[in-house]
Amino acid sequence: MKRFIGFIKKEFYHIFRDRRSLFILFGMPIAQIMLFGFAITNEINNVDIAILDKSKDVNTQKIINKISSSKYFSVKQIIENEAEIEAIFKKGNVKAVLVFEKDFSKKLTVENNADVQIITDATDPNTANTISNFVSSILQKYQQEINKDIPIAYQIVPETRMIYNQELKSVFMFVPGVMTIILMLVSAMMTSISITREKEMGTMEILLVSPLKPFQVIIGKVFPYIFLSIINAIVIVLLSIFIFKMPVQGSFFLLGFESILFIVNALSLGILISTISETQQTAMMISLMGLMLPVILLSGFIFPISSMHFILQIISNIIPAKWFIIILKGIMLKGIGITLLWKETLILAAMTLFFIVLSIKKYKIRLE
Amino acid sequence: MKNINIIQVEDLTKMFGDFTAVNDITFEVKKGEIFGFLGANGAGKTTAMKMLIGILTPTSGEAQVANFDVYTNPDDIKKNIGYMSQKFALYDDLTVKENITFFGGIYGLSREQIKEKRCQLVEELGLSEVVNDLVSSLPLGWKQKLAFSVALLHDPKIIFLDEPTGGVDPITRRQFWEMIYKTAHNGTTVFVTTHYMDEAEYCDRVSIMVNGKIEALDTPKKLKEQFKVDSMNDVFLKLARG
Repeated sequence: MKRFIGFIKKEFYHIFRDRRSLFILFGMPIAQIMLFGFAITNEINNVDIAILDKSKDVNTQKIINKISSSKYFSVKQIIENEAEIEAIFKKGNVKAVLVFEKDFSKKLTVENNADVQIITDATDPNTANTISNFVSSILQKYQQEINKDIPIAYQIVPETRMIYNQELKSVFMFVPGVMTIILMLVSAMMTSISITREKEMGTMEILLVSPLKPFQVIIGKVFPYIFLSIINAIVIVLLSIFIFKMPVQGSFFLLGFESILFIVNALSLGILISTISETQQTAMMISLMGLMLPVILLSGFIFPISSMHFILQIISNIIPAKWFIIILKGIMLKGIGITLLWKETLILAAMTLFFIVLSIKKYKIRLE
Repeated sequence: MKNINIIQVEDLTKMFGDFTAVNDITFEVKKGEIFGFLGANGAGKTTAMKMLIGILTPTSGEAQVANFDVYTNPDDIKKNIGYMSQKFALYDDLTVKENITFFGGIYGLSREQIKEKRCQLVEELGLSEVVNDLVSSLPLGWKQKLAFSVALLHDPKIIFLDEPTGGVDPITRRQFWEMIYKTAHNGTTVFVTTHYMDEAEYCDRVSIMVNGKIEALDTPKKLKEQFKVDSMNDVFLKLARG
């Protein structure tokens, strides 16, 4: 035990004396959470739009008022003819243009049918989609308002309600993903680098010749990172609760347990990587390409798995991060417990066990 | 016999697939002697040594180190030997003091023992001014001497040195050999690999490995007589060229 404490003390010296690893350990999580929370967002807020009103009557004015009074849009420009549309899009001043046809009110009341054209800048397809949905729903509401005295024989009014993330705050979607990425990065990459560093410096050989058993060496190397990863997870959760008002509906205990499970999973991947790489650079490249990319692309963090190609959907199943993100979202946003998450937990636990066994085997082979 | 020979090797062989790295070597090292283990790069010195220090299992043959068997008691061997590699592996980002404390600790020395050893070592090596400096700031020669002393912290019966003088200037090499002599004089057996043939002259006995086999084993004086040459360098060249 005393040897173990000495080993861990040494490991912390390494970490705290290396600015680079300190930055990755503590700068990165905070920077990432802030970036995803504030800068990268799918929400629309005060989007600048322009309006081309060829009719200029009571109804169009009312609609324009409704749109500009919503928090989603601000009417930046009123244009007078169609030729200007292209020009203002090219300048990039506005994200959308609303075109009311000539004699809007007359058509609406006489023909019961009037057209509004929504032109959006689809260089950013997600935003364009969201804008057109929002405008459509404002128009629909207005239509209901003016029709409320006239009974219509048959009408289906869809009433959509977004649950679990009512305000569609993208930070709520990002927090589980960012937490996953950071835990993966800290646990897998940092451990694999720190183990390969000992190999590169030749100290690993000295440790193996010492009375320390190989598994003691590995546990000694890994332990500080378990500790630091747990701290990181706590920091991320606290930041999201206090800065972004993220709710944690489920139990903190379960959240902690699942996080530790995922951390151990990532650590065993890190050990596995260190057994196949001889230099720190290789370890870093394998961690980045082999772990970070799949976590970002295939875990459902940014791109929904359901809209992926069939083969990619299958591949996504072997990525531990996918299951951890499902668990995190379940606990944080839906507030569900282990009774509904046991399947994901079991998969994650099985993967962890598999990686641990594999890395022990690999490690032994390397020693031979 | 057993208590005189601290290393006893018989027909030791290590194969990597089809490649025979160490081919049927037999030798013994007497207690307290400086045993030179010579050979060109790739001759199998390091592989043979790794089997003796318990981090590589032999394919066949027998070997006892400090009276412990390499197959059955590698852990006991590890407690009784010291090891210093050609990289003088200490932790660059730890201070001299922290390195001593760490390595003393993994060999199970108590805090008092470590402190006592440290004071003694720092005084002998004249490191008192840099004891709280990072090892990375020390010159290579100092690192090498420190690494040697650290390998001796737990008073091992045998110290294995893997090309300990690589890249070090001649004066430091000379001083380093003085440390080796002193260690051997205190009763620790020294097992040293090198490819500097002038260093071979300092050893009590040398073995020369060529292509996985030990081709010669005797005192430097007798080897020179046997091959009718004036220096170990010539002995080596004669053997290596077949």
